[in-house]
Amino acid sequence: MTRPFVSALVILIAAVAAFFLFPYNLAFLTRILIMIVLVLSLDLVLGFAGIATLGQAAMYGAGAYAAGLFAIHVWADPVAGLLIGALAGAALAALSGAVLMRTQGLTLIMLTIAVAQICAEIANRARPVTGGADGLRGIRPGKVLGIWEFDFIGITGYWYALAIAGLVFAALFVIGRSPFGLSLRGIHESPARMEAIGVSVYRRRLAAYTLGGGIAGIAGALSAQITQLVSLEAFSFTLSAEALIMLILGGTGRLYGAVLGTVIFMAVHHTAAANDPFNWLFVIGALVLAVVFFLPSGIAALPTSLKRLAKGGRHAGS
Amino acid sequence: MQGLEVRGLSKHFGGLVVSENIDFDLKPGARKALIGPNGAGKSTFANLVTGILTPSGGTIRFDGEDIAGLDEAQRVKRGIAKTFQITTLFPRLTVRENLRLPVLEREGLGRRMFARADSNRAIEDEIAALIDQFDLGPLADRPVLDLAYGQQRLVEMALSLALKPRVLILDEPAAGVPSSETHLIIEAIERLPRELAVLVIEHDMDLVFRVATSIVVLVQGRILTEGTPQEIATNARVRELYLGGAHG
Ligand SMILES: Nc1ncnc2c1ncn2[C@@H]1O[C@H](COP(=O)(O)OP(=O)(O)OP(=O)(O)O)[C@@H](O)[C@H]1O
Ligand SMILES: [Mg+2]
Repeated sequence: MTRPFVSALVILIAAVAAFFLFPYNLAFLTRILIMIVLVLSLDLVLGFAGIATLGQAAMYGAGAYAAGLFAIHVWADPVAGLLIGALAGAALAALSGAVLMRTQGLTLIMLTIAVAQICAEIANRARPVTGGADGLRGIRPGKVLGIWEFDFIGITGYWYALAIAGLVFAALFVIGRSPFGLSLRGIHESPARMEAIGVSVYRRRLAAYTLGGGIAGIAGALSAQITQLVSLEAFSFTLSAEALIMLILGGTGRLYGAVLGTVIFMAVHHTAAANDPFNWLFVIGALVLAVVFFLPSGIAALPTSLKRLAKGGRHAGS
Repeated sequence: MQGLEVRGLSKHFGGLVVSENIDFDLKPGARKALIGPNGAGKSTFANLVTGILTPSGGTIRFDGEDIAGLDEAQRVKRGIAKTFQITTLFPRLTVRENLRLPVLEREGLGRRMFARADSNRAIEDEIAALIDQFDLGPLADRPVLDLAYGQQRLVEMALSLALKPRVLILDEPAAGVPSSETHLIIEAIERLPRELAVLVIEHDMDLVFRVATSIVVLVQGRILTEGTPQEIATNARVRELYLGGAHG
């Protein structure tokens, strides 16, 4: 009961401290929070349910464009925009998932990539609506809950993103321990056995994919509102792949891993790219290799691995 | 008719006939065994009955209802369950979590998102009772992959029993279990609920003769004969074809 609570508190304190320690990096810190939401969605889909995907950006992009267009044409209220983003992400996941969730392995991965590419192409062609390659501009979100106006320093944006990331984390934490969460882990472990206990694995996977799509949509909507811009990059393969690397770095299936992996990746990216804009990828690459070889369960599993090592127990991180 | 009623069941994979014109009944409380050489089509028969495979012909009725059109999950809901010849569990989940999944699904609670999976008193008690029934107490909170093979076979049975089935097909429950531990499997089968209809597929003849009151012999997809253990043990063709062979 208390350990998850303490960990959550530590993360929250760190997030608040970051606000005061790096007052000139709020945009970057906010970007981390948005990525955390995206990587959390991937943790649900891949970490819990074991659905292999390299196309989570599809739902992120759908949420971003939906929230952006909604703010421009319908209503500038940010929370309503988030809901629209969530709906768009969930709808795209449900629609594509109806086909994708019947496939597995390499086929599934290729199809997830294809869906994101198709979305990017549609957004590119629909220039009058989406702004095409120039991106969707002119998003002016209203006050958060009618109280806090978005400021150009990004103070409101930071707290807003932190609140949403916190809520998403809490929701996924609850879902992770629920019967539904357990059934996703069951599917990850053995789809054949899940069928044999009377579960339609297809439908359960579709539910997880849709839920994950909704959360990715929230991340996209957040990004659209806070940066007031949506570009075709929102659908990019790079975004999907980076989210996956962040998750693997931190460790799958435990939520804290998603947070830790995102923070580490983004921090390394930020500093390494500033020092050496051409070779920073090598740093990330080395980091990933180190984790895969020495900490196969991710950095979030480090304490457990060390404990086992100290006890002279089993293989670290297994 | 109450129970399982199979008529003229057949299955072929391309040109390979694996089940041919099988008639088979399993009444509530029955204890039957299905024996036969490797590749006779025993597992295939189990897969046809449980809906993992689609028959090429014939009918399967359960309590008088034609269940041929139902998929695996739907047949489980009707009360037909099986264990796997090759252990198929949730390896990284604990024994308790392994058992929690079928009970939650049986109760239709598996899609709940906002309650803890382990918060239902009655369900936790039921899981604890199952753990006791299969003598898995000390291992209850260990991941299944840490268990010895014989114990995993017990979890395999417990998982299917957790569905409260009315028909349970055990596909070689003792396969791979060292002979010194076979008695654990036999005892577990003997402790199954009385009214449950049980079909045991098995090569281990000690086990078969201990638990079955009726034995069906399958050879090359066809039923060779069916009878009491005495009849089967003294049947010349069975002795020649099967009992005298490698699995005697
Ligand atoms: N999916 C499949 N496609 C093609 N052939 C199959 C398939 N499944 C089983 N067979 C074949 O059907 C035959 C019967 O297989 P089955 O697994 O039912 O035998 P079994 O009686 O259970 O044998 P064992 O005692 O070795 O478990 C075998 O010759 C097998 O190779
Ligand atoms: Mg078999």
